[in-house]
Amino acid sequence: MVLFNYVFIGALLLGAIGFAAAPLVVVAIVAPRRRSREKQDIYECGLRTTGETWIRFRIQYYIFAMLFVVFDIETVFLYPWAVSYVGLGAFALFEMVVFLVLLFAGLLYAWAKGVLRWV
Amino acid sequence: MWAIIGIVLKIGVVVGLMQGTVAYLILVERKVAAYAQDRIGPNRAGRHLTLPFGIKINLPFGLLQPIADGAKMVLKEDVVPTYVDKPLYILAPMIAIIAATLGFAVVPFGPVGPGQVMQFQIAPGVDIGIVYVFAIGSLAVYGVVLAGYASNNKYSFLGGLRSSAQLISYEVPLGMSILGMVLLAGSLDLGKIMAWQDQHVWGIVAQPIGFLLFLVSGFAETNRLPFDLPESEQELVGGFHTEYSAMKFGMFFLGEYMHVITVSYLTVILFLGGWDFPGLSVEQTGLLSAILKVLVTAGKVSFMIFLIMWIRWTLPRFRYDQLMDLAWKSLVPLALVNLVATAGIIQLIRG
Repeated sequence: MVLFNYVFIGALLLGAIGFAAAPLVVVAIVAPRRRSREKQDIYECGLRTTGETWIRFRIQYYIFAMLFVVFDIETVFLYPWAVSYVGLGAFALFEMVVFLVLLFAGLLYAWAKGVLRWV
Repeated sequence: MWAIIGIVLKIGVVVGLMQGTVAYLILVERKVAAYAQDRIGPNRAGRHLTLPFGIKINLPFGLLQPIADGAKMVLKEDVVPTYVDKPLYILAPMIAIIAATLGFAVVPFGPVGPGQVMQFQIAPGVDIGIVYVFAIGSLAVYGVVLAGYASNNKYSFLGGLRSSAQLISYEVPLGMSILGMVLLAGSLDLGKIMAWQDQHVWGIVAQPIGFLLFLVSGFAETNRLPFDLPESEQELVGGFHTEYSAMKFGMFFLGEYMHVITVSYLTVILFLGGWDFPGLSVEQTGLLSAILKVLVTAGKVSFMIFLIMWIRWTLPRFRYDQLMDLAWKSLVPLALVNLVATAGIIQLIRG
């Protein structure tokens, strides 16, 4: 029964793919097509583009991605705890506070190290 | 057999209504923008029209503007630049639409639960509820990032990078902001959270900090001003959709406005009581009360959407370092404190 509910989501996924593909198909049939070299160039305010686009980018994006992974997994851990909190005792609160303090210490460490400063 | 037809009908009606609403939201947005800036806004489409058989109509407020916009999107040339990564370039707007549509699956737009006339929800009984919405919402990042990467354009690439960092940063406070409501209701099911608010108080009273956190993070997740740095037309031309034209460009807009609708529904359901209104309660299961509840929810959602547009034309855009500071140095610590305080107060009351 529980699994059956996901059938609706599957049906919606099919519908969504249809809704996403239909406009592209319609445009491919209806829209005019007049190609020219200038029109299909990369947009660069009218100048010719120089250098490559797909280059190595700054490391700071990776650091934020790592922070995100840590805190997002933490949030995922918190959901089941929050749902069953009513049935658990005061010890559950204590346990979670310890967990959060550890993570918060990590955030403070990153903060003090200057990781969070965007330069 | 009838069940299947029922599902297909429900999906068709909901998604169709959503797309129609989105088309008109773009008109509403332009009108709100116009009145905020003391202009009139679009007012021509629909004036002095002569239909076949000599029927003359004269509609005010540019009411046919969405139809004109749609026709333009379809009839314009679909320029695909030469140097793009073509499969990803076409996939990106499709992901934007699919993620926006799928996110609505578990959002109740009316009363749900046992004994109701009808389950006003596309996939009723999916008990992970809000976690599902966030999971699908995260997929929308791919649409933006892939669009920025595949375009092979420096503006787009920068827009895609910025947006990936922004969206993942604001997902953390977004996920944490609702934990207070989950603690109170003891369920992730959006229908049950609504029922809890009907029996007790609205989420905005019980969780005012959670409401603020959710609102701010929701703005950032929908890429709306003051958080529209992935687009920021003054510095990045159009950001991730610089190289997109015609319908593919329109699909990003459809996706964005569908996200706005979903976020508004979530805000109303989690913090503004959903269908809760004086005189309506969870025990009423008649058809009339069901219709009234759907209308009350839609009314609250309309107000939320108006609020989002209003803020767009009131606040200027953040600088990028301010944006990251706000997420990591203000919202995340505040969300953690709010969570611990909520859990502690529940423990105190329980004794």
